[in-house]
Amino acid sequence: MAWLVAIFQTLLFIALAPLLSGWIKRVKCRLQNRKAPSLFQPYRDLRKLYRKRPIMPYPASWIFRAAPYIVFASTVLAAATVPLVAIHLPTARIADVIVLVGFFALGRTFLVLAGMDIGTAFGGMGSSREMTISSLAEPAMLMAVFTLAMSAHTTNLSQAVSFVLDSGLVLRPSFVFAMGGLILVTIAETGRIPVDNPATHLELTMIHEAMILEYSGRWLALIEWASQIKLMLYGVLIANIFFPWGIAQTFTPDALGFGLAMIALKLAVLAVVLAFSEVLFAKMRIFRVQEYLSFAYLLSVLGLLSHIILEAVR
Amino acid sequence: MSLFLAAISVLASLLSGLAALSAGPNGLLRRGIRAWGQAFSSHYARVNPSLTPGRFSRLARTIPFALLGVSGGFAVLAGLLALHDNSTRTAVLPFGLPWLNWHLALDPLAGFFFCVLGIPLIAVSLFGPGYVREFEHGKHPLSVLGLFTGLFVAGMELVLLADDALLFMIAWELMSVASYFLVAYQHENPTNRRAAFLYLLMAEIGAIAIILAFGVLAGFTGELTFGAFRGAVLNPLWASVAFVLALTGFGMKAGLVPLHTWLPEAHPAAPSHVSALMSGVMLKIAIYGFIRFAFDLLPSLFWQWGVLVLLIGSASAVLGILYALQQQNLKRLLAYSSVENVGIIFTALGLALIFQSSGQLQLGTLGLVAGLLHGLNHALFKSLLFLGAGAILHQTHEHSLENMGGLVHRMPKLAALFLVGTLSIAALPPFNGFVSEWLIFQTALQAGSIQSGILRSLIPTASAVLALTSALAAACFVKVYGVAFLGLPRSRHIARTREIRHPGMLAGPALLAACCVLFGVFPMPLINALGPLTQSLTGFVLPNISVLGWLWLTPVSPDVAAYSPALVTLGIVAVGWLCYYLLYRRTGLEPRRAEPWDCGFGGLTPRTQYTSGAFSMPIRRIFEPVFDTRETVEEQREGPANTRITRLRYQFQVFDRAWVALYEPSGRAVTRLARWVGRLQTGNIRTYLAYSFCTLIVLLWVVS
Repeated sequence: MAWLVAIFQTLLFIALAPLLSGWIKRVKCRLQNRKAPSLFQPYRDLRKLYRKRPIMPYPASWIFRAAPYIVFASTVLAAATVPLVAIHLPTARIADVIVLVGFFALGRTFLVLAGMDIGTAFGGMGSSREMTISSLAEPAMLMAVFTLAMSAHTTNLSQAVSFVLDSGLVLRPSFVFAMGGLILVTIAETGRIPVDNPATHLELTMIHEAMILEYSGRWLALIEWASQIKLMLYGVLIANIFFPWGIAQTFTPDALGFGLAMIALKLAVLAVVLAFSEVLFAKMRIFRVQEYLSFAYLLSVLGLLSHIILEAVR
Repeated sequence: MSLFLAAISVLASLLSGLAALSAGPNGLLRRGIRAWGQAFSSHYARVNPSLTPGRFSRLARTIPFALLGVSGGFAVLAGLLALHDNSTRTAVLPFGLPWLNWHLALDPLAGFFFCVLGIPLIAVSLFGPGYVREFEHGKHPLSVLGLFTGLFVAGMELVLLADDALLFMIAWELMSVASYFLVAYQHENPTNRRAAFLYLLMAEIGAIAIILAFGVLAGFTGELTFGAFRGAVLNPLWASVAFVLALTGFGMKAGLVPLHTWLPEAHPAAPSHVSALMSGVMLKIAIYGFIRFAFDLLPSLFWQWGVLVLLIGSASAVLGILYALQQQNLKRLLAYSSVENVGIIFTALGLALIFQSSGQLQLGTLGLVAGLLHGLNHALFKSLLFLGAGAILHQTHEHSLENMGGLVHRMPKLAALFLVGTLSIAALPPFNGFVSEWLIFQTALQAGSIQSGILRSLIPTASAVLALTSALAAACFVKVYGVAFLGLPRSRHIARTREIRHPGMLAGPALLAACCVLFGVFPMPLINALGPLTQSLTGFVLPNISVLGWLWLTPVSPDVAAYSPALVTLGIVAVGWLCYYLLYRRTGLEPRRAEPWDCGFGGLTPRTQYTSGAFSMPIRRIFEPVFDTRETVEEQREGPANTRITRLRYQFQVFDRAWVALYEPSGRAVTRLARWVGRLQTGNIRTYLAYSFCTLIVLLWVVS
């Protein structure tokens, strides 16, 4: 039963991720006074890409071919370990939150390698920028996660969420810092404004897009889908760790349904916040990103230190 | 039994050196076979034309390496047996000074390091015969290389076996001096001579520090055996003096910042299979020495030592990888990355020291296990990468990343093996590097159970540095793989490279790659095997590590953290295959080959792709203060008012700050001192007569 729920939840994750992207796009369009596309446009895009025959450039090697599958698989596994509608799932024992960061790193590594595989200047540029940003964002994320882990005395996500549920609504300074850090990292790692702009194909602004310029057809569909899942993953992490209320603690249909409704609501609200921030801020220069990310790192480390100094019960 | 196997292993490596020596141009073996050939050639020439010159040189190449392989195999066997038996075998050899016999011992700790030594050694013995073939017709005889390799390996094995300070130091010096000759092997190149001299100098300074550290212990016990040292009663001051001396000595060999500068010089200078041994194994022997000294010989531990080790380890980790990122020479880059990995190991050992000295034996054990495991993992993947670099060097004669590119098409098998090494060292989930780093993070996260507030905030800060390090390491090795193997070939001879033909040169790296995957996916048996070791060092065995079964790692308890690498691998493979099946097999659409799109620019040339320097430029700018960079742009202008630039030359170099801060001042000080002392030498006979006269007067005065 527990395994069934876990698999079902993972499938739900995969299925709903494009919807979240559609929703963000829609809110953003409304905020910019544009006419919004349908909520289901991302699904249509994926279907269109799926039907197209992919093109493999001449200098590409097997890494270029394998990368989409590895990127998608690592993202799906990451999704499997994050509690979406229920906690106490068996998958949480297979991989904890450090492994989750490792999954992201695995997918990113292959994406970056694929970017360098063709030998175009754009691919290398995107790869270099992606690695630079992620090498600053990853420690910030780990630190934010460690704050949580040290408070909850566990790196197991299910346990951590249930710890927050049990301890009730306590305003901990460490959690506020950690949440700030995690939100900043989310924006950087999912390639949103002000760090990256997924909507453009300009040399000055591209980071993520530059790596996958040569992809087409099914492979591009996989990569796009994986990045949508990744966006949703970060959203779910923020929503369920810092605002875990409503998540199902038993596997009854009622509890699961309620959990689903709650997480949908939370994600919808988060998406509105994200869309607002994207409309309000302009994209940064690449060398400003380091300041942004060091700030995220600092916030997370502050969270950790404030936990140790102020909160740790001895 | 285990000690006997270990002794065979030492003997085999010594024999390997002798065999290489006797196979030299005028060596015993060659002369003997020549004589034998002349005597019997009339009888056997027709029936058995076995010893043609070509065959003979192949034999002369293979036999020493085969013996090294035997040595490696016996080392692994002895190590496994020692770990399995959970007992210490000792022996006293009738050598040495009349009143000081040599003591040997093989306990689980030495046994573990015998395994760490043995696996890369087997890989090297497979790799070596193909690799050294090109040295055969070079200026330097192979016999020298073989002799010192054998002595080097024997030295390392004896260090592990030594049970008294005298034999330890003799073996240590054997290891250092033999490896000096290996670094200086191609001595026609002045950089190699310089590297070798620097290496010897630092090795000897380190050795002096170790001798002094042993001296402190010997001073309190009056004996030189380790057994006596264990019972030494030291006051905290003397214990700290001994500890700091040992940390300096072993840290110099292991390459801790700021004592690391010999590594990036020596590793590129040595032949690649030797660099693999030096970086993969010899640094681990230094770590063995440190563990032996700190955890075994010193009677008590203080948390201040742990803090010191933690700080130095973290600094080495982050500085090592930052410098590695800026290197263009592949082997130099790997050497700096060794500094990083040694830093990570010392971070783990520092955590272990802190936890153990504050009474948290279980967590101290966890830190020790994490450090040991990372040591083994580093030995595997760093040897793999050095052998890979050697294979590239062998096929292309190219050191610099900037001239490589596109090797994945030319050397597909090597590329696949190198990828395993890259992913392992970048600490990505199903591979072995991730397991040990995960364990270190898990150790650090238990900092909450320490009383002291300073320590509790220091440890997470160190883990923040570790997180940064591992992210930068991923960037560094993605760069290496992307620039060297992917993209378009950056030079003509790279475009003509062929795959390695010698089967052994692929088998060696393949063995290591297999171990990397195996220990990454199934780390449990390995960690369980470490039980006797931790039992003997800390008196503790991790109790909960396999609560959920052998597929799961649960360092503290299942509720705190669990990781199942095998299931993770299964999941990735299953999902990846499912996608492939649904998208590729079901639709049957074969991808179309076409010119790269490149935003429609067209005209893709190797010169337009990102170089290694360009790839790491953003990181260099972000961490600007860490580097000592020199950047020059030379312009040649022509035309009216010099407006047209005809030639542009851009030069860029990154130097190690440690040189400027530490080594150049001390070098200058030594020179100044020497010049001052040199004033004694006037070259004037009268002055020397005056010296003799004064000396005589003083001596007479002393005597009377």
